[in-house]
Amino acid sequence: MSPKTLYDKIWDAHLAHEAEDGTCLLYIDRHLVHEVTSPQAFEGLRMAGRTVRAPDKTIAVPDHNVPTTPGREDPANMTEDSAIQVAALDKNAKEFGIHYYPVSDIRQGIVHIVGPEQGWTLPGMTVVCGDSHTATHGAFGALAHGIGTSEVEHVLATQTLIQKKSKNMKVEITGSLRPGVTAKDITLSVIGATGTAGGTGYVIEYCGQAIRELSMEGRMTVCNMAIEGGARAGLIAPDEKTFDYVKGRPHAPKGAQWEAALNWWKTLYSDDDAEWDMVVTLKGEDIAPVVTWGTSPEDVLPITAKVPAPEDFEGGKVTAASRSLDYMGLKPGTPLNEIAIDTVFIGSCTNGRIEDLRAAAAILKGKKIKDGLRAMVVPGSGLVRAQAEEEGLADIFKEAGFEWRLAGCSMCLAMNPDQLQPGERCAATSNRNFEGRQGKGGRTHLMSPQMAAAAAITGHLTDVREVM
Amino acid sequence: MDKFTTLTGIAAPLPLINVDTDMIIPKQFLKTIKRSGLGVNLFDEMRYNDNGSENETFVLNKDAYREAEILVAGDNFGCGSSREHAPWAIKDFGIRCVIAPSFADIFYNNCFKNGILPIALPQEQVDLLMTEAEKGANARITVDLQEQAITTSDGQVMSFDVDAFKKHCLLNGLDDIGLTMENVASIDRFESEAAQSRPWV
Repeated sequence: MSPKTLYDKIWDAHLAHEAEDGTCLLYIDRHLVHEVTSPQAFEGLRMAGRTVRAPDKTIAVPDHNVPTTPGREDPANMTEDSAIQVAALDKNAKEFGIHYYPVSDIRQGIVHIVGPEQGWTLPGMTVVCGDSHTATHGAFGALAHGIGTSEVEHVLATQTLIQKKSKNMKVEITGSLRPGVTAKDITLSVIGATGTAGGTGYVIEYCGQAIRELSMEGRMTVCNMAIEGGARAGLIAPDEKTFDYVKGRPHAPKGAQWEAALNWWKTLYSDDDAEWDMVVTLKGEDIAPVVTWGTSPEDVLPITAKVPAPEDFEGGKVTAASRSLDYMGLKPGTPLNEIAIDTVFIGSCTNGRIEDLRAAAAILKGKKIKDGLRAMVVPGSGLVRAQAEEEGLADIFKEAGFEWRLAGCSMCLAMNPDQLQPGERCAATSNRNFEGRQGKGGRTHLMSPQMAAAAAITGHLTDVREVM
Repeated sequence: MDKFTTLTGIAAPLPLINVDTDMIIPKQFLKTIKRSGLGVNLFDEMRYNDNGSENETFVLNKDAYREAEILVAGDNFGCGSSREHAPWAIKDFGIRCVIAPSFADIFYNNCFKNGILPIALPQEQVDLLMTEAEKGANARITVDLQEQAITTSDGQVMSFDVDAFKKHCLLNGLDDIGLTMENVASIDRFESEAAQSRPWV
């Protein structure tokens, strides 16, 4: 048999049909659904008299547009448009008989945190969702990617997607990370190296010692941002850490089925002599704590660097950098660690898991946020929130001056009332620093939870290694 | 779905790289549960001033481009969120074709589901079309999907690539779900085999 990559193996195991021109139907094992990109798809099903083919493989949870403040179980405490979208999801979940975690359920949270937490996401699966950060689930060795609403409707109706195969890219992080350097710094540094379009047309497999040494939470952070590098999906081969994480979760297999699953999962790795269309290698030791300075995730530099000038770039990036600096209100040559911030946001599907909260709390313990700063923690799920309370992390955040919110996407995309004001500058653990992303005119600097916590204490972007 | 066969129209120049879907349609317009009516908010933050008036420097607010049906843009167009509201807004405005050196994957696919033709061309050819588009309303461009050809107002012709299946669907306005249903026997077979080999799924 010819050698295969992990992506090849998962692809082959899910090929339901292949036409002569190479157009394939890929079978979908898990379809995650949220309130913002699904209403039109369910409406399309109704209008065509179609139904959901595999309701048992379809899981819905409201996350994008829900408030993160108390009392939200009552729609009267939501904005009108949120209430309409949540009510639509509620109705669609009931009518089509799909799994559902409403806001009143402690298991509710960001769809990409709930899936793994509940054991819906398993190695070797195909996972899709009408959200680009579906790549998160690749951390389990699942082929996971975002789709548009028309494709959501297609998967609801047929449990398949029309696909052509992507190319294989290997991203290897050799060696170990230095203290203060995290999964977020890996994934941002990779995007810095390849650019936001560098992964277009590819599925990335992340490998190497530094990846192996990451926890499952860290691996999810890395895969989460594969889309910011343009890739269709990011993957990490499953190992003992993966199996340990999955075992015992509510929807993970049990007994004899666990053994059978484990046997197959252990075959899910790229063969030694597999062929790669592109290989990128970074040394783990060389990766520093990084922050973004511009309005694209590729605008990333070590915290010890200075704001670049447009003329440091070439081609279309000259204009783009100039526009970014103007939007961000930054002058070339300013040391990044002197940039004062107004707000800190810790949360999102990138960094809203328990390990992220532990890391931020470790920096904040016994400290206060800088006077005048607004800071909030939005746990990724109700269960993460409960665990953080049990571990005493919530008290650390609250004593430091952070708001302690309910689970949701919140200020990552700012659909709900959690938004930046024009000109407000935010240290954020989320995934996108686009113009207006966190609120019209808002200025976002992406970084790890540790770095965001350090910035909260000093009031400016800060090298976490100085406060550890 | 609406067919796309040939289109002759005004091309609007948007010489920016990494135009993301937040820029195309900001999140406050994702609160709808419909697909229609988003055109007025296309490029909202670039197109309108804080007081709601039009930003007269933005290309689609200039008289020459108000009726634009083609958009010429920079590298990595449509990056970011998977929101299909982006192509819905583009289509609702009246744009049926976007030309750029490259597109983000999900946006590219979303276009085809909505009767919009995204065309990726080498940078030099996009530069040429950008210059052409900057001439304004008199410089109309013709896009012929069947022939996979773009013709400028002064008769220059350039060809483009498109996936054969996607082309077929767009030319005929075919519904993907209907096409897939023709292969439902294959899906049934796959599903029953997978239930044996991977019963835990």
